[in-house]
Amino acid sequence: MKLAFTLNGALVRVDADPDQRAVDLLRELNALDVKEGCGTGECGACSILVDGVHKLSCLLLAAQLHGRELTTAAGLGSVKNPHPIQKAFAEHGAVQCGFCTPGMTIAASALLAANPDPTRDEVRQGLSGNLCRCTGYVKIVDAVRAAARKGDGGEA
Amino acid sequence: MNVLFPRNMPQLVKALGEPGARILAGGTDLLVRLRAQPDAKLATLVSLDRVAALRGVALEKPGTVLRIGAASTHAELLAHPLVRARLPMLAQALATLGSPPIRNMGTLGGNICTASPAGDTLPPLLVLGAELELASASGTRSLPLADFLLGPGRTALQPGEALTAVRVPLPEPSARQHFEKVGRRDALAVAVVSLAALVRTGGKGAITSASLAWGAVAPGIWRCPEAEAALVGRKLTLSALNSAARIASSRVQPISDVRASADYRRSVTGNLLLRLAAL
Repeated sequence: MKLAFTLNGALVRVDADPDQRAVDLLRELNALDVKEGCGTGECGACSILVDGVHKLSCLLLAAQLHGRELTTAAGLGSVKNPHPIQKAFAEHGAVQCGFCTPGMTIAASALLAANPDPTRDEVRQGLSGNLCRCTGYVKIVDAVRAAARKGDGGEA
Repeated sequence: MNVLFPRNMPQLVKALGEPGARILAGGTDLLVRLRAQPDAKLATLVSLDRVAALRGVALEKPGTVLRIGAASTHAELLAHPLVRARLPMLAQALATLGSPPIRNMGTLGGNICTASPAGDTLPPLLVLGAELELASASGTRSLPLADFLLGPGRTALQPGEALTAVRVPLPEPSARQHFEKVGRRDALAVAVVSLAALVRTGGKGAITSASLAWGAVAPGIWRCPEAEAALVGRKLTLSALNSAARIASSRVQPISDVRASADYRRSVTGNLLLRLAAL
């Protein structure tokens, strides 16, 4: 099945099996920031934005991506020009092993787009679909609150 | 396996006529199940992603019924002013369902058709008296949700048929609505016990009707007419609720599983009623 979608601002045309999972296709396309953790929608490591909405790429079929605009963590910012959320994660030590970080930053950007100044509790709820097995939640919440205070609206 | 993307109702009905066709709504249950247990008979998935007619919320019958498109996501409904203002118990259930990304993907119709005994929206929709609109090549029909749910994972949905809308009668604003779910954690938790309640009171505060439905304590959503009857005629006090709670706890027959023991579920089934005293 011929698919066309935008991945982090670049148009991608690819021939994929329609029932291939989005997470597998994205990783084949070298979007290795999209991680697979549980594969059942419970950990959030494979989080991406689809037309700006936080979704799980392990529960999407490749065919569902056609015509959509996708953003992965690498599309939020780069090492040279990090997104304020990514910068705050680095500054607050919100990264331990790093496996959950791409999904966490995607969830945080969706949260801040909807709620630019969340309370700690709202941050915890906003990130409640994302697990950190290093259990570094306190610093992750600190980082999201700090990014929010800098007035970033979470624009992807 | 083939995946089809109908764009309107005629295309949807036609796609469902394909041999071995099955509906893919939010995918949050179906894709997990298919991956664990591929279905050899399943040849075609029919995605509801692009059927605009299945989305959205509208008032019907001069403001007394809310018609909810079956492929509306939980997040869309949770954000809808009419759902929040007029169906707070449904909003409370949606707020506890899954996680933010699950609510962005999962649909109300999907939660209904999955027909899990722990389905979060089912107890509220049952006490609200929801009616389902079903469409197929031979036309549309309407069925009360109570008649649609046949057992765990079993519904009255026929091959070639799609759930297109959920019609929810809006209780008058004076009716009290309540939903509470007990799970192992706040997010991404399958209910251990949940309760939806719709209580109406008359002139002197006496209860004129009580509608109660519990999730995750029986093979289907559990009703207890005896507990409802025990509340009618009394005021919504802790002592009235205690009597109803004792009846519910003595009649319910839950099972023990990985999430909780039968004894715990039996206690919580009654105890959740006591919260109504705060309404």
